[in-house]
Amino acid sequence: MKKGSTIVSYILLFIFAMFFLTPIYVLVATSFKPLKEIGISDMWKLPKQPSLEGLVKAFKKLGPNLKNSFYLTIPATIISSFLGSINGYVFSKVRFKGANLIFTIILFGMFIPYQSVLFPLIRFLQKINLYGTIPGLILVHVVYGIPITSLIFRNYYSEVPDELVEASQIDGAGFFGTYARILLPLSIPAFVVVVIWQFTNIWNEFLFAVTVTSNPAKQPITVALVNLAGSQVIEWNVQMAGAIITALPTLTVYVLLGRYFIRGLLAGSIKG
Amino acid sequence: MRALKHNVSIGILVLAPSIIAIAIFVYGFIAWTVRVSFSNWNSFTALLRGVYKFVGFRNYIRLFRDFRFQTDLWNTLFFTLFFLAGAILLGLLLAALIDRGLKGSRIFQNIFLFPMALSFVVTGTVWSWIFAPGTLPMDPQGVNLLLHKLGLDKLMWGWYTSTQHFGRFNVALLPVIIAAVWQLSGYTMAMYLAGLRGIPSSLIEAAKVDGATDFQIFWKVKMPLLKPITLSAMIILGHISLKIFDLVFSMTGSGPNFVTDVPAIYMFELTFRSNRYAMGSAIAIVMLVMVAVVIVPYLIGSLRKES
Repeated sequence: MKKGSTIVSYILLFIFAMFFLTPIYVLVATSFKPLKEIGISDMWKLPKQPSLEGLVKAFKKLGPNLKNSFYLTIPATIISSFLGSINGYVFSKVRFKGANLIFTIILFGMFIPYQSVLFPLIRFLQKINLYGTIPGLILVHVVYGIPITSLIFRNYYSEVPDELVEASQIDGAGFFGTYARILLPLSIPAFVVVVIWQFTNIWNEFLFAVTVTSNPAKQPITVALVNLAGSQVIEWNVQMAGAIITALPTLTVYVLLGRYFIRGLLAGSIKG
Repeated sequence: MRALKHNVSIGILVLAPSIIAIAIFVYGFIAWTVRVSFSNWNSFTALLRGVYKFVGFRNYIRLFRDFRFQTDLWNTLFFTLFFLAGAILLGLLLAALIDRGLKGSRIFQNIFLFPMALSFVVTGTVWSWIFAPGTLPMDPQGVNLLLHKLGLDKLMWGWYTSTQHFGRFNVALLPVIIAAVWQLSGYTMAMYLAGLRGIPSSLIEAAKVDGATDFQIFWKVKMPLLKPITLSAMIILGHISLKIFDLVFSMTGSGPNFVTDVPAIYMFELTFRSNRYAMGSAIAIVMLVMVAVVIVPYLIGSLRKES
């Protein structure tokens, strides 16, 4: 009986794995096809003469946007991680009235549909001359990243024994001294989780990207990928190669640091 | 107990920038959007003139009478129902399979979870090609082409371009739901796996001693303990589904006769394509209310649990 159920399990696992990998097969197979093989009747076939044509063309078109995405994602991730860390420190270790209420009110900000702030946000960015710029987008992602980054650090720091913090205080370290000497050195795992989470989310984001930047030269890669499909004749090999280029950075992070990625994922569902 | 009793003022000072930012960027801007939704700013000139004219609920009334918005709400309802059911059932099944600890489980787990690392835009791009129907019946494409090659021509259909519907359910939503389930069931799987691993093994040993089969243990012992996880999954996925935009936008757009339209797309087009800011804002507020109904009780619940 045991053996039978093992076989059934494997069969199911393989069927589902096929479902999950089909889009990857299509992506990779199509990207490596030359233009003359992308007729729809060949869609499911492997490339007969693999070619880098599609990838090269996609890279030419999306290269500048790829750069934009890095310029956006890296600073935004770094800033929001440190902001989250110091916020998490206060929320977990400083005792003040209404802390939990304030925290919850902040937390709500990560669930709202951003459509409900979009129009004022854009007017505001126009006023402060950051509309249509990468720094504008960085500001947006840092601000709307406050809830999740503070949450992850707060939960992480709550596990740090208060005695450690108290001892440091008795030794005469102040607020920031305690943070730098006690919390920060312990924070590396939390930083890894938050950095991965923010990197992935900001990289993949589309709504802010498409509404805050209207100039194609300034747009992050997600927007450029969607615009690629807008041209009259869709060259599917270029399109799929573009999707691969867009996906590669976050996918690399996932492959290398998947464990931490899952932790960030679960933190997002706020179970303490 | 919190350790830093004497640093309250400095703590609040450190938090101040974040609190102010959230106060403005979340609550202030929401209030601003509400205000716009009650105005007559439905053209670029009206906005430029900048004279605020209060029109009450006129934009909302117009919206709820609008065929397209009604379609959007029905689409959201059916999308949410099927997507939740799909992602939760598949996630649970995958978690149960992985949890058996068979050889190679780790690899399968990674395969099931990787779509979470992708942008919705990438998912939409790929699946829009897989489900592109082609020109039927002569020139099938995507899945239709596979069906054709298998001799199952009868099963070919218009996928996300189909205008067929059962009552208010547009079947064109199915391919989009499949793509969304593909992307997010790994997430529910991860949540269930974390839950399953938290179940004390003594409980399972006890059930085994009592002669329970694996199947019984799963349904009678593990499932009841996973209930809170199902609730969290429903809330997290539910709120994602209520505000879904990128996936639909990049995969199908509104579709013929708005068969795959959702409020977020209509909002985007009204606000950024036709300058009807007040109408767009009204949709945004409707979306916010829908999400708040799901999220606020959840947040209050977790706040209570902590204190």
